[in-house]
Amino acid sequence: MSTDLVRSTAAELADALAAGEISSVELTRAHLDRIAAVDGPVHAFLHVDADGALDSARAADERRAAGRPASPLDGVPIAVKDVMATRGLPTTCGSRILQGWLPPYDATVVARLREAGLPILGKTNMDEFAMGSSTEHSAYGPTHNPWDLDRIPGGSGGGSAAAVAAFEAPLAIGTDTGGSIRQPGAVTGTVGMKPTYGGVSRYGLVALANSLDQAGPVTRTVLDAALLHEVIGGHDPLDSTSIDQPQPALVEAAREGAGGDLAGVRVGVISQMRGEGWQPGVLARFEESVELLTKAGAEVVEVSCPTFVHALATYYLILPAEASSNLARFDAMRYGLRVLPEGITDPSAEEVMRATRDAGFGAEVKRRIILGTYALSSGYYDAYYGQAQKVRTLIGRDFARAFEQVDVLVSPTAPTTAFPIGEKVDDPLAMYLNDLATIPANLAGVPGISVPNGLADEDGLPTGFQVLAPALADDRVYRVGAALEALLQQEWGGPLIAKAPALEGDR
Amino acid sequence: MPDTPAPSPGTVTREEVRHLADLARIELSDEELDHLAPQLAVILESVTSINEVAAGDIPPTSHPLPLTNVFRDDVVRPGLTAEQALSGAPEQEQQRFKVPRILGDEQ
Repeated sequence: MSTDLVRSTAAELADALAAGEISSVELTRAHLDRIAAVDGPVHAFLHVDADGALDSARAADERRAAGRPASPLDGVPIAVKDVMATRGLPTTCGSRILQGWLPPYDATVVARLREAGLPILGKTNMDEFAMGSSTEHSAYGPTHNPWDLDRIPGGSGGGSAAAVAAFEAPLAIGTDTGGSIRQPGAVTGTVGMKPTYGGVSRYGLVALANSLDQAGPVTRTVLDAALLHEVIGGHDPLDSTSIDQPQPALVEAAREGAGGDLAGVRVGVISQMRGEGWQPGVLARFEESVELLTKAGAEVVEVSCPTFVHALATYYLILPAEASSNLARFDAMRYGLRVLPEGITDPSAEEVMRATRDAGFGAEVKRRIILGTYALSSGYYDAYYGQAQKVRTLIGRDFARAFEQVDVLVSPTAPTTAFPIGEKVDDPLAMYLNDLATIPANLAGVPGISVPNGLADEDGLPTGFQVLAPALADDRVYRVGAALEALLQQEWGGPLIAKAPALEGDR
Repeated sequence: MPDTPAPSPGTVTREEVRHLADLARIELSDEELDHLAPQLAVILESVTSINEVAAGDIPPTSHPLPLTNVFRDDVVRPGLTAEQALSGAPEQEQQRFKVPRILGDEQ
């Protein structure tokens, strides 16, 4: 057990709690203190619930003392992305339109965290309604990357990734529509896991794009992600797209993988995900990681997925189309902001709606709603949305063909390391390119993990390694991810995150 | 959009953006329109490439899981109380959401 509580993994903390070496109150307080010390410059949190977290921690300690822990993670604190409805805790989705909204119910993921006894430290920052790859599109200001405070922490879940990278929380919940768990993981040197679509309930997750959204674990180790995944995953009758079958043994797969033996595992390197537009340092770390997998006994081949080059365009038609429809619910009538238009006496509901949505939505949300409205317009529907749905079929077929040859597919998670805040904020196309490697998994609904695999030579910033598996085979990405993590840590002599610079407020 | 001229796919005019914002119930200022219209044109140009990719006989995918209708037993389960449902309302009256007038003068 490390003497520094906030630097321990969730698995270590769970063991220490089970052994009675520490209390959840002590542990939760240590994280609240850490948040107070470093979150000013990092800005991972939009809301901190110290009282609620400590109440939950006390209850966890009582259960442990009575020998009846609610789950293996009972008493281990967690941060939750602000897109998840939390009863009685502000839920803004990073938007002005929901400022101060207190949901009257819990998302299923949140309900499961509470049932499993994890104290909720607070809500983490995000791009508005999860639209973005840098967390700069939050109405409440950007989150800063703990590795370099002048750089982005990825997005949309930059708050959750930065919270675990800055040791403000051992665990966090993210959501991934086109890479919003995995890409922040890559650029902050942390682990991000997008489960199979339907593997984790979407009930109470404020929808961006229903056919793509998936909640999942944000952690510092692969084993911690598997532990959290087993708590939040599984069938939920409140989500009609939830998969009604048992989850694979995820923790077991992560423990097996940590042994470092990949004999007999067939790994496919996606040939479309390298070359032009990829940062040399990202590619160099990727090739080394592939080499490590080979040494561990994996059989590595190159696999071509030709339609993946169209995934970005497909995504930026399907996502805005679904988002424009979903965000119609923010109509200034039942909850959220209501703004009365200036200079109009007795305005109509429609005029109030227009004024509210202008004042309440940021630039990126407006861009995507208008783009989606265009793609769904009569006369354009077939050329845009309809066509994108067909290409989505082709992308699914590329995956199916690839998984006939190999057990998992691998690529770098993101084409570059973290870029400076402000660099791409008003250049939508440049921003969208960050999700090049992560989007195909969302379109096909397959699981994917990002594991930290080194620092790029150019800038000394973290890079990520992505492992993808067929739908429902989430255990495979845990096995391969844990193996790579173990092999890399043997080389480094410890976790990558230990190399992150100290933050002001450290010590 | 029957009431606007139809330009070729992959382009979007300032007037069209104004009309789309109207359909989406977003009031946009002139400055916002000046800024958004060219950005949308660039995005549309970049996504138009997919028109060449899939032939007509490829079936569309709306959803990654091949799910059919999901039914559940018709049993009572707890829901929100009226107070909870109204707790976020901008305005309420007599246990109802209070909204601005919904009809125009001409109606």
